[in-house]
Amino acid sequence: MLTAILIMALGAIVLGAALGYASIKFKVEGNPLVEKIEAILPQTQCGQCGYPGCKPYAEAIAEGEADINKCPPGGMEGVRKLADLLGREVKPLDAEEKPKQLAIIDEQLCIGCTLCIQACPVDAIVGAAKQMHTVVESLCTGCELCVKPCPVECIRMEPIAEKIDNWKWKYPVFEIKPARRAA
Amino acid sequence: MTHYLFIIIGAVLVNNVVLVKILGLCPFMGVSKKLDTAFGMGAATTFVLTVATGASYVIDHLLLAPFGLEYLRTLSFIVTIAAVVQLTEMVIQKTSPLLHQVLGIYLPLITTNCAVLGVPLLNVANKYNFLESLVFGAASAIGFSMVLILFAGIRERVDGADVPVPFRGVAISMVTAGLMSLAFMGFAGLDKYQ
Amino acid sequence: MLQRLFKFKGGVKPATNKAPSVQAPIRIAPIPPRLVVPLHQSIGGQPTPLVEVGDRVLKGQRIGAADKWVSAAVHAPTSGTVIAVEERVAAHPSGLPTLSVVIETDGQDAWIERHSFDHASLEPERVREILRDSGVVGLGGAVFPSHVKLTPAASVPMDELVINGAECEPFMTCDDLLMRERAEGIVRGVAIFRDLLRPKRVLIGIEDNKPEAVAAMQAAVEALGENFEVVAVPTRYPAGGAKQLIRVLTGKEVPASKRSPEMGVQCFNVATAYSAWRAIAFGEPVISRIVTLTGNVEQPGNWEILLGTPMQEVIALAGPKADTNRFVMGGPMMGFDLPDLSAPVVKATNCIIAGSPALFPPPAPEMPCIRCGACALACPHELQPFELYWFSRSRNFGKAQEYNLFDCIECGCCSYVCPSHIPLVQYFRFAKSEIWSRERDKNMADAAKARFEFRNERDEREKAEKAERLAKAAAAKAAEKKPAPAETPPAPAEAPAPQTVDAEAAKKAAIAAAMERARLQREAAQPKNTDGLTIAQRKEIAEIEKRRAPLQAQQQTTPNADAAQTQNSQKDQQ
Repeated sequence: MLTAILIMALGAIVLGAALGYASIKFKVEGNPLVEKIEAILPQTQCGQCGYPGCKPYAEAIAEGEADINKCPPGGMEGVRKLADLLGREVKPLDAEEKPKQLAIIDEQLCIGCTLCIQACPVDAIVGAAKQMHTVVESLCTGCELCVKPCPVECIRMEPIAEKIDNWKWKYPVFEIKPARRAA
Repeated sequence: MTHYLFIIIGAVLVNNVVLVKILGLCPFMGVSKKLDTAFGMGAATTFVLTVATGASYVIDHLLLAPFGLEYLRTLSFIVTIAAVVQLTEMVIQKTSPLLHQVLGIYLPLITTNCAVLGVPLLNVANKYNFLESLVFGAASAIGFSMVLILFAGIRERVDGADVPVPFRGVAISMVTAGLMSLAFMGFAGLDKYQ
Repeated sequence: MLQRLFKFKGGVKPATNKAPSVQAPIRIAPIPPRLVVPLHQSIGGQPTPLVEVGDRVLKGQRIGAADKWVSAAVHAPTSGTVIAVEERVAAHPSGLPTLSVVIETDGQDAWIERHSFDHASLEPERVREILRDSGVVGLGGAVFPSHVKLTPAASVPMDELVINGAECEPFMTCDDLLMRERAEGIVRGVAIFRDLLRPKRVLIGIEDNKPEAVAAMQAAVEALGENFEVVAVPTRYPAGGAKQLIRVLTGKEVPASKRSPEMGVQCFNVATAYSAWRAIAFGEPVISRIVTLTGNVEQPGNWEILLGTPMQEVIALAGPKADTNRFVMGGPMMGFDLPDLSAPVVKATNCIIAGSPALFPPPAPEMPCIRCGACALACPHELQPFELYWFSRSRNFGKAQEYNLFDCIECGCCSYVCPSHIPLVQYFRFAKSEIWSRERDKNMADAAKARFEFRNERDEREKAEKAERLAKAAAAKAAEKKPAPAETPPAPAEAPAPQTVDAEAAKKAAIAAAMERARLQREAAQPKNTDGLTIAQRKEIAEIEKRRAPLQAQQQTTPNADAAQTQNSQKDQQ
């Protein structure tokens, strides 16, 4: 009985010591998983997930702190990809899914306060103090972060219109006609 | 030499660890959605099983047997295998990031897998010596990987198929696994020539 | 000369239906009252408009300039007045609008001044520029700018120049008629291409169901004393695909990863060669093209039509029969249904087919794929359409790409032979555009990420710089202060306290006074830019002022608010 306890204890100590030593000796900085998760996220930096940007959210997912369904711009598609990568269950999105949007500044109303410029995470708004501002369409990620700070409410979000450049062939769908019953 | 060949064929085909012994079903169902993850899992399992059979043989013969502690086999095997695998994972992560990328996330998953524990126990039951144990462990793992990869290939295709709604997802996978198991029963016929 | 021909795999032999439209010679279409010329008519960048509403344009005047190297200019097809530069329905399967120049024609058809060039005496670079500014693009239907294709690869010598007169699509006869009637122009155009690319051989491939065209081309080549080889190739769809024709004539197979110049081959359509010759020898840009009008019409035939002519007027020329229910632009194999007949004829419009239920019966219902492999046998690119279909349908795009989805030329052979009537090409188009859209999203995400990271870095740098500045200022202050106590004798013990209180009170008073001054100034100052505004604008300003009023009031009641906030609301007021 005593030998058994001794031997198991000895084994546990030896293995524990080896593991502890290895965890210090072979410590690796950074988590490669974060990069993979970040590659899936849409990089809008909108903070709708509750984290200040896509990278912090990716880190939180990798740590297991955050759920995978907190990214509305990524949509269900993004949730599915994350679930695939992490081997987790696909969950319905935590918020409603919106089409991709674009911020538009009503240039008649803009007073040039630069607040939206400070809010934009990707520097997609140009302008200077007391000058009219405008959104660089090709750079806007549709994060809505500029909408709130505007003191005169001159920024609105509009879904991106379908143009010839971004038009897509539709999934072939065919009408199913009810089979005619023999009279 | 033929003796080893029989061990290998027996472990890979006739007594396949997944489809005949029904061991290691969690990774078989869980990590078989995609072909490349199945490859990674297969490689990791092969590695772990070979290491585990060796380590458990040493523990069994040098530590447990001399003190008459065979009843502690299961417990000590689990602890040893888990520790050895963790250790190798850390070493690989530090020394070879590339290999870690292939095996990395799968290694911790299988440290306490039933196949990984079952094969060393089978080794003991079969009274294999050290070399035989290693060969049996590796061959079982190859059988596991083969079945996993085949299954992943099938599942990737089934994904695109018009499966009736109640059968979608896990249900059709179970049916597929069952059919594969039936197919592997055919290898039992090889037994005659052993 | 005996020409050894090669074969390409697959292909189909649909009924050609070419006879009705080759009976009459090419006719010139009348000038319509209005032309809608889309600016984006070729692969590559959208040309920038050069005209404004109200401008008078002459025939052949450039109205859109190529914005980069892979792009081609657009010209006014006749003289008239620009009445709009706006979004108009495009000749595109989506039926979406595109930026177009609308010209009201004046019927004078007055040419702009034309310059003819002698390409032999010009730098090749200059010739390519002329072609770009004349809007010469591939008129076979792909509309790829020709000048780009006329740049020889640096490393590989050009062996063969292939001229494509195969015209394999059923119904279509525009190239056939062009070769019969204007063979000389084509041969002269080919000579320009030859001089630019310097190939060892020039091969003109024509399907053997067009003996008249072959004869006309042969005669023209002989008459001009060129050494081009006119080759009749077996009639089999899609022999007119660039890669297929190259394969048949030269035996070279262009792999997916390479472009044909890297294999020492280049391929042009006959109509492209003709338009290049017109551009170089006469200074005439591409302003019209030959369009086949056929199908369910009274008078099938080929017409030379000004680009920008609305489809309904084009169709009226041929007189569609009463039971016509749809119009297809392009051939029946690769074309698409025109969503809107107000769309104009563009450089890509080679054929318009009027369809009736009798001519194009509605597709049979789609049945499950039985994996018979008929599509794989028919595929001229040796793909496995049934696999592509499987993965496209289940939206497994990664796998579809692994099976070389992007090598598919959408020729329609697979759909044609499918016993289950599966519209395979539609699935492939869907998968392709889905993959492209994802790629765009991914690129945008990467760019956003880079910009976000740069911004963060900049923020941090600025913060560090500011901290450094402050630290420096503090250090300087400390350095100033240190000697001070040594010089001035220490004041009496009670004195400092009331002094500081006084100082603080004075400071506060000064701030309040300054703010009051600023407010008065603001109120007194009349904005200088409000003179001569319209009533609507004044109204708008009044509205804005109304919205600002509460903010202003709030700011005045709480003058000691948080510094940043004050600053912001002050900015608002300004």
